[in-house]
Amino acid sequence: MSQSAIKAPPVQVAGVDRRNSPSAGERASRLLEQSWRPVALLLACFAAWWVIAAAELVEPYLVPSPGETFDVLTGKPDYIWQHTWVTTYETLLGFLIALVVGVFAAVVMVYSATVEKTLYPILLFAQVVPKIAIAPLFVVWLGFGIAPKILIAVLIAFFPVVISMVTGLKAVDPEMLQLSSTMGASPWQTFVKIRMPASLPHLFSGLKVAVTLAVTGAVVGEFVGANEGLGYVILQANGNLDTPMLFAGLLVMSLIGVVLFVLVEVTEKLLLPWHASRRETGVTTTY
Amino acid sequence: MPRNTTVREPAVTKDGRSSGSGTTAAVGIKDVAVRFRTRNRDVTALTDVDLDVPMGQFVAIVGPSGCGKSTLLKLVAGLLKPSTGDVLLNGERVQGPRHDIGYVFQRAALLEWRSARRNILLQAEMRKMPAELGRRRADELIAMTGLSGFEDALPHELSGGMQQRVALCRALLHEPPVLLMDEPFGALDALTREQMNTELNRIWRETGTTVLLVTHSISEACYLADRVVVMSPRPGTITEIIDVGLPPERDYTETMGRPEFREATTHIRGLLGAVSAQD
Repeated sequence: MSQSAIKAPPVQVAGVDRRNSPSAGERASRLLEQSWRPVALLLACFAAWWVIAAAELVEPYLVPSPGETFDVLTGKPDYIWQHTWVTTYETLLGFLIALVVGVFAAVVMVYSATVEKTLYPILLFAQVVPKIAIAPLFVVWLGFGIAPKILIAVLIAFFPVVISMVTGLKAVDPEMLQLSSTMGASPWQTFVKIRMPASLPHLFSGLKVAVTLAVTGAVVGEFVGANEGLGYVILQANGNLDTPMLFAGLLVMSLIGVVLFVLVEVTEKLLLPWHASRRETGVTTTY
Repeated sequence: MPRNTTVREPAVTKDGRSSGSGTTAAVGIKDVAVRFRTRNRDVTALTDVDLDVPMGQFVAIVGPSGCGKSTLLKLVAGLLKPSTGDVLLNGERVQGPRHDIGYVFQRAALLEWRSARRNILLQAEMRKMPAELGRRRADELIAMTGLSGFEDALPHELSGGMQQRVALCRALLHEPPVLLMDEPFGALDALTREQMNTELNRIWRETGTTVLLVTHSISEACYLADRVVVMSPRPGTITEIIDVGLPPERDYTETMGRPEFREATTHIRGLLGAVSAQD
């Protein structure tokens, strides 16, 4: 085109970082660099646990040794797996329902001030009511099946989803919206191309909170009345003073939370590579 | 901050009005006032503003902070309604957001999940332009603004100057007859700013578009514009319109040394209350 095409200023710009992305080896060493501390801490905790149990600092029936606990896990894999699956299923279903309903509610609230004014106080009230306290009521209403567990998981996970999504949708640069209107964009176009993607980082931070809360919700539901699921396993073990089983249940339960959290984070990285990469540079930059 | 300026002498104000005789006005602002209601009082942002910009002209608007310069651009774009008076754009009364303009803000306002090219193409997508046409235009603009090689970079990987180039390309994609720029280079360092000024001058000449540029920099205004509109602080109104009197094609350093340029900048500086040490 133009003869005088000005050269790009010699800045530290651009795709460079991304194009020669780190090799597998580099990535592994970075992962190691990032994760050795928490792993070491975790190992230290296990070691302390082992020492306490082995030296019988606490009565063995109160704190079983790690070995005993793992024996339970390996000894009754079918039993553990069956109940783990039930809890995971309840958690996931509750989380997904909370996600869909929460995002929908947030969108409606952001686009209609009337709806927001109507819904928000109710939402807040629903959040303030201790869900654990209403759990028995749900069991009375919905029976011993899976429904009350899912409902509690939904109720607990719903709030962070709505709040983060509303924040995300409202955090859009107003100038971007003005630009959009000078482009003749329809409200739908503006939503799909600008508002929705811009809100996703916020939504995901809410989802990470929500998914771990959903596990709690499901287990609380099982505590109140169930004949399957990890909550039920723990109650049974408690009744029998079977501490190894109790510990095993706890361990698996935490594992569900961790795995689901990681899944959400991986989804975030896949869906929002732009956000993740920016955050990474943020972390590695020294000010 | 400038005070006791030679404000409000309509006789002087209207002098540059009908320059560019014979051509249709791209932008017409007729006796416009804008009043806002804030929590405890009414603020008059603009009053008695009259301005005609002939097609293809480059008009810079300078004035102290809060004199309503940006408000003026928003009026032209239809993002804001005047309390009284009329705004005309390309011969039509402005009644809502207008699509026949390009807008550039001080912050590039890019979508951070889109590459430079896809940010530029947003304009085409929203307007449902034929994909092929959009792509061709984008390629032309990328080459024209020196963005080649950075098309696939994400905004956070670009320097401020490069980001602003992307915003400029986006604003020019649909070949708008009028380009509105609200302190587009205000956040850039001095060197990049000079470079962007040179480029903007070239782009303006190549595209022939009408430009309204709001700026804080007197020298930027005089280097780029045919006419400089000087505004007074609240309530914002036009103090004077100065014809810079330089040819359209301007070499940066050469222009800075010209007597017309010096005369214009000195005069404007005087109007603005002088003290502004920063250029």
